[in-house]
Amino acid sequence: MKVWPIYKREVRQYFTSPVAYVILAIFLFITGLFFYAIFSGFAQASMQIAMNPGMGRDLNVMDSVLRPLFDNMRVILLLLMPLVTMRLFAEERRSGTIELLLTYPVRDGAVLVGKYLAAMTLYAAMIGGMLAYPAMLAYFARVEWAPLLTGYIGLVLMGAMFAAVGLFASSLTENQIVAAIVTFGILLSFWIIGWLAAFVSGPMGAVLTHLSILEHNDTFAKGVLDTKDVIYYVDFTVLALFLALRSLEARRWSG
Amino acid sequence: MIEVQSLTKRYGPVTAIRDVSFAVAPGEIVGFLGPNGAGKSTTMRILACFIPASGGSARVAGYDVFRESMEVRKRIGYLPESVPLYSEMRVASYLDFVAEVKGVSRSTRKRRVADVMDRCLIADVQNRLIRNLSKGYRQRVGLAQAIVSDPHVLILDEPTIGLDPRQIAEIRSLIKSLAGEHTVILSTHILPEVSMVCSAVVIINRGAIVAQGPIDRLVEQFFPTSRVQVEVAGPRGAILEGMRAIQGVVRVEDGASVGDGAGRYVVESARGRDVRGEIFLLAAQQKWGLLELRQVGMTLEEVFIRIVAGEESEAATPATDAVPPDPAPVADEAAP
Repeated sequence: MKVWPIYKREVRQYFTSPVAYVILAIFLFITGLFFYAIFSGFAQASMQIAMNPGMGRDLNVMDSVLRPLFDNMRVILLLLMPLVTMRLFAEERRSGTIELLLTYPVRDGAVLVGKYLAAMTLYAAMIGGMLAYPAMLAYFARVEWAPLLTGYIGLVLMGAMFAAVGLFASSLTENQIVAAIVTFGILLSFWIIGWLAAFVSGPMGAVLTHLSILEHNDTFAKGVLDTKDVIYYVDFTVLALFLALRSLEARRWSG
Repeated sequence: MIEVQSLTKRYGPVTAIRDVSFAVAPGEIVGFLGPNGAGKSTTMRILACFIPASGGSARVAGYDVFRESMEVRKRIGYLPESVPLYSEMRVASYLDFVAEVKGVSRSTRKRRVADVMDRCLIADVQNRLIRNLSKGYRQRVGLAQAIVSDPHVLILDEPTIGLDPRQIAEIRSLIKSLAGEHTVILSTHILPEVSMVCSAVVIINRGAIVAQGPIDRLVEQFFPTSRVQVEVAGPRGAILEGMRAIQGVVRVEDGASVGDGAGRYVVESARGRDVRGEIFLLAAQQKWGLLELRQVGMTLEEVFIRIVAGEESEAATPATDAVPPDPAPVADEAAP
């Protein structure tokens, strides 16, 4: 398998162009704003409690700061991940480089995996940079590391799925904007599909609920690692990658 | 090395090529000729395993391009017409990437890349971004990526397009130097290039092969006569009559007047029969002023024009996308 050279080239392309830096900077800036706002609110609430112990609630860092932060991050990722992956195949098709790439002795699967891992590397840099916030938090308050870890596992799984969907959309078109919008459309549909469940009764409602992205991520931030949720993301990722591979291979067969 | 059997490719209702068959022997350089839109690129894309054929089969280096595409791809170097390169990469690291993907081992890769950069005369731009290169350099980087893995078969779609005359000469000698160890199929519009570089040609027009074979044999086949161009001053009627009477002359073409009572004629005689001496004697005897007497070699270009033009006049609708080949005043390069 010649995944390595493909991966290396893609990562280099992310980091020698402004793309990676702009995405990283914007992502960290916005999550930083959220962190600041949430943490300020938390500090204010703590102060009120300190002055008025009668108001004592279960105020803890995980539930009051990190969980809301993760919630907001998911929305930011929904908007940003399509931009991370839109280039991967669409640009190769537009510039024609795919003609050379696919006539090199490298399997379609290796091309796909190389590009996917490159997108995941950028994603890792994004959520890795975000570790700064819990680290800062740990300076002021006691952070529970186990729920933080499961929260991160949830983020990784969700990012893996978003990237796979984005890669699939990118393999369909030579227009990056189309690729981004299709990715966003698919992800948002599965985001809100759970809301429909409220109006659908019986097993169909349960199915819709189960298909929802939101339904499966909240548990991670609560510190729960549920196989049902892990399997949901893994399945979704594998399915999207499989469809992307089919879309690549389709070109070789359509005589 | 390349065997193509009744290859057909349809894009929806449009048939790009139909029933194309030809073969290329190992070590040969074959020119693939045809007007724009004739199906050259389509054929080459199929040979390079980029698109599948609708019918027929093709084998490259002994492997079927459809069923054993990975084996074929290991053994070819391909340069598409548009020269698609990663514009954000630098030349040397791009070639290193291609070499790695093509399976050149780590230990030989550095030397191999340096070697092809020297051969393709791009060593001086190796640290430049491909985006900033001129068309000529891009073309040569494209050629370099095709040969970087030292493949058995090279498929080059218009390799010298967009180069300046000096670069063209350099690339031609590079391609020529590949003959023997590599089998090359190259498409081009520039007919003298084919005469200079290739040992045989395949001519394709409107999706079908119209002629193929060694260049000199094709020329002979289409122009069975030798031609002599004569410029002579004298009475037109007598000159025509006198030259037609020479033994072996098949036809005398009455050309334009060139002033001062002189006219230009083209005398065709059976191939191999040289009538120049007799024309001279005739002129001397009749006291006509002989201004020029010159043998005209028939070129591939004329063969090409005749074939393509002939095809077009046969068809009710002329192909609008057929362009005349580049004019090239080379008359004596037909027979290599």
